[in-house]
Amino acid sequence: MADEELKAREGEGRPEEAPSSLWSRRDFFSLAGWAGVLAALGASLVGFARFMFPRVLFEPTPVFKAGYPDEYPVGTVSERWKRDQRVWIVREPDGFYALLAICTHLGCTPNWLQQENKFKCPCHGSGFKRSGINFEGPAPRPLERIKIALADDGQLLIDKSVKFLREKGDWGKPGSILKV
Amino acid sequence: MPTLKERLRELPRKVAQSDVWRSALRHGYEDTPRNRVLMIMANVWLHLHPPKIRRHALRIRFTWCMGGLTFLMFLVTVVTGVVLMFYYRPVAEYAYSDMKYLQFDVPFGMIVRNMHRWGAHAMVITVWLHMFRVFMTGSYKPPREFNWVVGVILLTLTLLLSFTGYLLPWDQLSIWAVTVGTNMARATPLLGHEGPFASNLGVTPRYDARAFLLGGTIVGPPTLLRFYVLHCVFLPILASLFMIVHFWRIRKDGGISGPL
Repeated sequence: MADEELKAREGEGRPEEAPSSLWSRRDFFSLAGWAGVLAALGASLVGFARFMFPRVLFEPTPVFKAGYPDEYPVGTVSERWKRDQRVWIVREPDGFYALLAICTHLGCTPNWLQQENKFKCPCHGSGFKRSGINFEGPAPRPLERIKIALADDGQLLIDKSVKFLREKGDWGKPGSILKV
Repeated sequence: MPTLKERLRELPRKVAQSDVWRSALRHGYEDTPRNRVLMIMANVWLHLHPPKIRRHALRIRFTWCMGGLTFLMFLVTVVTGVVLMFYYRPVAEYAYSDMKYLQFDVPFGMIVRNMHRWGAHAMVITVWLHMFRVFMTGSYKPPREFNWVVGVILLTLTLLLSFTGYLLPWDQLSIWAVTVGTNMARATPLLGHEGPFASNLGVTPRYDARAFLLGGTIVGPPTLLRFYVLHCVFLPILASLFMIVHFWRIRKDGGISGPL
């Protein structure tokens, strides 16, 4: 008796259930619940990512005045601003350009070797020509040039945040060289 | 009338049968096998350890105790680290001088600071040796493959802890090491402003993976604070979570230095 009841209950006696595409209420709420949890987690993650980029940064301004053009003899590399601004100002016969004193290998500050007419990085030996082009050592690309212009009062105006990269074809674009 | 001597002799037994005592300590101290197991199983701190270990677990020549030493180094750095936190301020203006203050003006400050630094270096060394040992003894083979992966994650966390901690003294070595290390982040594909596909996602030097780490475009005060939080809170919590899994899996996979 009990066996027959069991069998009936286990489905042998029950009418065939068609495979249903309709969801039960339980399935619906289960899915909705999990979707809610994931949405909340996702929103928190996005919120956290945005949280980590503040709207205001307190960093020193990248723009500075570098004195009058006459203070720089033609054909020289000036180290006047190397210590405070990490910039070399080079005056060639055809104009001024400013190089960032940051080695393109891993970021050390190279040295200008006047006798050998090259920049040499003490960290891993990267060598750059006067123009900034890398020719020896592990540096993968030339030194970066930065924007150089004339300020209203006639001084040189340097903006370290505007970069000109030779490998992108930027050298020669307005701002990368100052003809005085 | 019980004498004073008799009363004194009875005192320990009476105390151990008092309600106050028995509410805290729920088992006795008889040296029976059942009670030995009970003492460990019933204790929230101790029950993370197995109540019995197999004889093969003591094969020091098999393990060199490197995993255990790594954990010991972790505990040393955590304890000394918390102690150092009473004096160190993660502010660029104060960081270096606080470190010097700890070394020279705080009693025992020198040894606490040195233990922290040496412990950190030792932890990196022992974790590598532990990894080599596990590899050489084939203890990564099934069913232990998952635990090997957890171990590699722990290795990464150890190295990240070292990296973030290295910045905190805020001396020349720290700043340049972090500069060089984080400069690599700007070459990340998609997320770094000098990596491939940077323009597709609109990443600039201000908003990229490197800026996320540095809290700006340069290694400065925000960087110090971020690395401090990573070093003292976020990474230790992560490391603890993964260590819990790592130690649990050792037991579940057959015990330390078990037969393969």
